[in-house]
Amino acid sequence: MAVILDIRDLRKSYSDGFEALKGVDLQIEQGEILALLGPNGAGKTTLISTVCGITQATSGQVSVGGHDIVTAFRAARAMIGLVPQEINLEPFEKVINTVQFSRGLFGKPRDDAAIERILRQLSLWDKKDNQIRALSGGMKRRVLIAKALSHEPRLLFLDEPTAGVDVELRKDMWEIVQGLKADGVTIVLTTHYIEEAEAIADRVGVIAKGELLLVEEKASLMARMGQKQLDVQLSEPLETVPEALSKYDLTLCDAGCTLTYAYDTRAERTGITKLLQDVSAAGLVLRDVVTRQSSLEDIFVGLVHDDKGDTA
Amino acid sequence: MNWSAIRAIYVFEMARFFRTLAQSFLSPVLSTSLYFVVFGAAIGSRIQEIEGVSYGAFIVPGLIMLSVITQAISNASFGIYFPKFIGTIYELLSAPVNFLEIVAGYVGAAATKALFIGVIILITAFFFVDVTIQHPLAMIAFLLLTCLSFALLGFIIGIWAGSFEQLQLVPLLVVTPLVFLGGAFYSISMLPPVWQTISYFNPVVYLISGFRWSFFGSADVPIAVSLLAITGFTAACLLVIGWIFKTGWRIRQ
Repeated sequence: MAVILDIRDLRKSYSDGFEALKGVDLQIEQGEILALLGPNGAGKTTLISTVCGITQATSGQVSVGGHDIVTAFRAARAMIGLVPQEINLEPFEKVINTVQFSRGLFGKPRDDAAIERILRQLSLWDKKDNQIRALSGGMKRRVLIAKALSHEPRLLFLDEPTAGVDVELRKDMWEIVQGLKADGVTIVLTTHYIEEAEAIADRVGVIAKGELLLVEEKASLMARMGQKQLDVQLSEPLETVPEALSKYDLTLCDAGCTLTYAYDTRAERTGITKLLQDVSAAGLVLRDVVTRQSSLEDIFVGLVHDDKGDTA
Repeated sequence: MNWSAIRAIYVFEMARFFRTLAQSFLSPVLSTSLYFVVFGAAIGSRIQEIEGVSYGAFIVPGLIMLSVITQAISNASFGIYFPKFIGTIYELLSAPVNFLEIVAGYVGAAATKALFIGVIILITAFFFVDVTIQHPLAMIAFLLLTCLSFALLGFIIGIWAGSFEQLQLVPLLVVTPLVFLGGAFYSISMLPPVWQTISYFNPVVYLISGFRWSFFGSADVPIAVSLLAITGFTAACLLVIGWIFKTGWRIRQ
């Protein structure tokens, strides 16, 4: 697969000395969906703004489809669509006019059929002659997406597309993103909703304090980092973990009714068979056995937390 | 050149103008009529002819300049300040356009609007006084250059302004006094010598003088100097705008 976005050692410092990006390296392949996860102020928006040309990098190289964003900014930017986090729209403009304006601004000739297709795809066609101020918040966000798609970009940035959006609209948004991916558009979205990354991303990047902590396939990330947990529910509560089971790293919870055992799914031997044999040998009666996989959220909180510990 | 972008910005900006067409045209017509009634008919009848021109006609070029300069500045400054204010500037900054294209779109639209107003005032003037235009080509050139250069200045003000108050500040505190003291309603030669000298530091004097020359063939300063001044002013504004976009001053972090 060809790399569509190539970021090398990107740094951004502000005049007050604040380092928003501390040497970010990131390669994004054509057609994938990458979710950038990070807490507020991690540098997600700065990263996107720099690639799009809104913020000037202090140092480093960025190229989009092989075009350097500084020396070949026209070719690079023509490939990019940006949906900003804030709903920035001219309130008195008509929907169709503002979308056509965006297409013209990005150097594309007028194409009413293309605009109609985009507006229909986003369920905005009925509202095309409405003034933007008359639209609901969710519809305004769709207008932002329509503007970003108006010039048929190959790389789309969605900066927190579902911040402050209700659950139903969030699901709609995910469908739109999947639809765009099917059209071959590469998508980078930032979010701090873990479930969003889990639901739609192919790869996940975690950014905190201006550093990209990791970028990995979502599935392998969860498999590698994901610990599984085995809950052994007992019919009789225990006061302490029996002596015979002390070699396992067990914790007693649920008022002594559950023994919890953490294990790595990718380890050669998970130790489950032996544990269960020993549990039964110790004369404990099982009521139920449950396994749980840690979610991306657990991984994320762990990573960001570790990072804070290192740098603080 | 991204001509499509220039066109998109220009059309978008002109749409704003046409949305408020009635007030865009009514207001200058009304205020010009008032000037003619007060200065032309009421006070003007007691003032002698200036350089062989009746006072009512004498103030026509100055009145046009006054409106054109004010309109060019306010339209251009608002045009670029508004996207900054509501945040839509992100789109301009991330689009495949360079500063010349952005300026051409915004300044072109603002200059067009100012030109419309100037022409409307000129037409209104014909209803009140006897106006002759001796050098129509020079008149058009001066009018166009004024629209353009002050739209450029307005663009700079719009980039600089951090609030709507600041947006009004420069036109109110600097431009209006310069235009009033620039000989819009009198000839510089009518002033005491000290004030004449001071007036020559006012760039608007050269504009109004040159513009009036195109109407009546008489000027306070040589026409070549007027042309040089307006060209120099336009170049200076362009240089400042070039610097703004190069450094990202007030627009790019």
